[in-house]
Amino acid sequence: MKAWVLSSWTRWPALKRAAILLPPLAFAGSLSAASMAGDISAARQGELLYVLEQDCGSCHGLTLKGGLGPALLPDLLKDRNAEELAETILDGVPGTPMPPWRPLMKPHEAVWLAKILKKGDMVK
Amino acid sequence: MKMWAHLAVFMVVISPVQADSLRGTGDMGIVVERATGSLLVVENTTRTELARIEGLGDLSHASLVYSRDARFAFIFGRDGGLTKVDLLTAKIVGRTMQSGNSIGGAISQDGTLVAVSNYEPGGVKIFNSQTLELVADIPTGSKTVGLVDVPGNRFVFSLYDTGEIWVADMSNPKAPKITKFEDIGLLPYDALVTGDGRYYIAGLFGEDGMALLDMWNLDKGVRRILDNYGRGEEKLPVYKMPHLEGWAIADGKAFVPAVGRHEVLVVDTSTWQEVGRIKAHGQPVFVMAQPDGRQVWVNFAYPLNDTIQVIDTQNLKIIKTMTPGKGVLHMEFTPRGEDVWMSVRDKDVIKVFDTATFEQKSELPAKKPSGIFFTWRAGRIGL
Ligand code: HEC
Repeated sequence: MKAWVLSSWTRWPALKRAAILLPPLAFAGSLSAASMAGDISAARQGELLYVLEQDCGSCHGLTLKGGLGPALLPDLLKDRNAEELAETILDGVPGTPMPPWRPLMKPHEAVWLAKILKKGDMVK
Repeated sequence: MKMWAHLAVFMVVISPVQADSLRGTGDMGIVVERATGSLLVVENTTRTELARIEGLGDLSHASLVYSRDARFAFIFGRDGGLTKVDLLTAKIVGRTMQSGNSIGGAISQDGTLVAVSNYEPGGVKIFNSQTLELVADIPTGSKTVGLVDVPGNRFVFSLYDTGEIWVADMSNPKAPKITKFEDIGLLPYDALVTGDGRYYIAGLFGEDGMALLDMWNLDKGVRRILDNYGRGEEKLPVYKMPHLEGWAIADGKAFVPAVGRHEVLVVDTSTWQEVGRIKAHGQPVFVMAQPDGRQVWVNFAYPLNDTIQVIDTQNLKIIKTMTPGKGVLHMEFTPRGEDVWMSVRDKDVIKVFDTATFEQKSELPAKKPSGIFFTWRAGRIGL
């Protein structure tokens, strides 16, 4: 059990920093070769990152460290390939709260998000 | 000179509430700014913000309860932090990292204990509300949800993974007495208790229906209500879990969000039978009754979260649909319900509406606002 002296406890949530300070293109730049990000417009990438933080975040935590849904940190996903994770994102996990995102995103967009999860770009 | 004028305005806005100029807290509240880990202290009479408190860690999905004197708030953060803040000085007065990952909490009937329910590693921890010292640790082996207080210094909560409801009697804080109810249904995701503390109702994600426990007749066990409300039809995807905390009882009826269908279910609170269902704009998240019970306000899950609907509780009709903006995450009524405050996340504002005319009265800036909690909660069972 640890108590903080609170004035010193000022953590800048990393996700917000990532989402706001790095323009979407910065992600595209780092990932485009491998992830077909070229097919996704910068505006759409921004939207997808926002969905990842805010809406996936409502179940997996804003920093993706877990909530009702499991943590989605690179360590935990390293043995899974992006296509397989994208399948889960697109189809959901029936019988659990993980919803199918197919109505809201294209398959290559899900692969792009899966690669971001695997790289941990959104997590600090 | 001009410069000074600016400075003075600036200081009025951001300086903490003056503790030495006497005031009550009854028209104050807190807005959670979820992405920046900060809180806004607000005043609902003037519809203004009084101060911002920073340094609370990950506040996604954060909720809070008030001390019974309504001066302090206990904030349950997603990162497992339990933080106590003083509304009058706008300062953090205590903080403990109590688990890896928490989901909500409750304060005991006598105000001495604060309980936190945890996802990771699961279970409930109970703290002294003065000192935040750990008083009791109740491992459950499951994600723990729907934690509320009920009379008798008891806490009630549900086990997501194993489908149970537990009642923890804390009348002797050193030796909690636990009563367990098993097989209540698949994947309870949240729960609520009626304002009199009598009925505890857990919503189920894994099947259509809810589990009801009558606290006055625990020996009767858990009863299923709203069984098969989906009638076996295929469910629509749920992009945000509904919340049951904002319990809506009005005119002898309870209004609850259906899961996986775009409906608000209406239940008679004397028989617990379904008496109606109201087609709504999307998957309801919060279904909240005004203090007078005359109208029920509903917000919706992504991607339809720009809309609010208002239900007339006498004729069960939707009488108003409005679009305050993308990301309406939460609503809170002023103590007697003349205004409703709404956090509109994607616009970084809180909007205040007149509940009688639906006119917007005011708008306050806030950084990605989510939950809004006014101090009238301090004296209510289950909040
Ligand atoms: C309504 C809650 C909810 C939302 C919103 C949600 N998830 Fe999930 N997710 C879950 C749950 C619960 C599981 C675990 C399912 C299980 O038990 O297997 C899960 C599992 C997953 C998995 C599999 C993890 C693993 O280790 O197998 C991935 C990947 C995932 N989610 C990605 C996402 C992404 C990306 C989004 C946003 C586009 C998202 N989720 C939104 C609840 C949610």
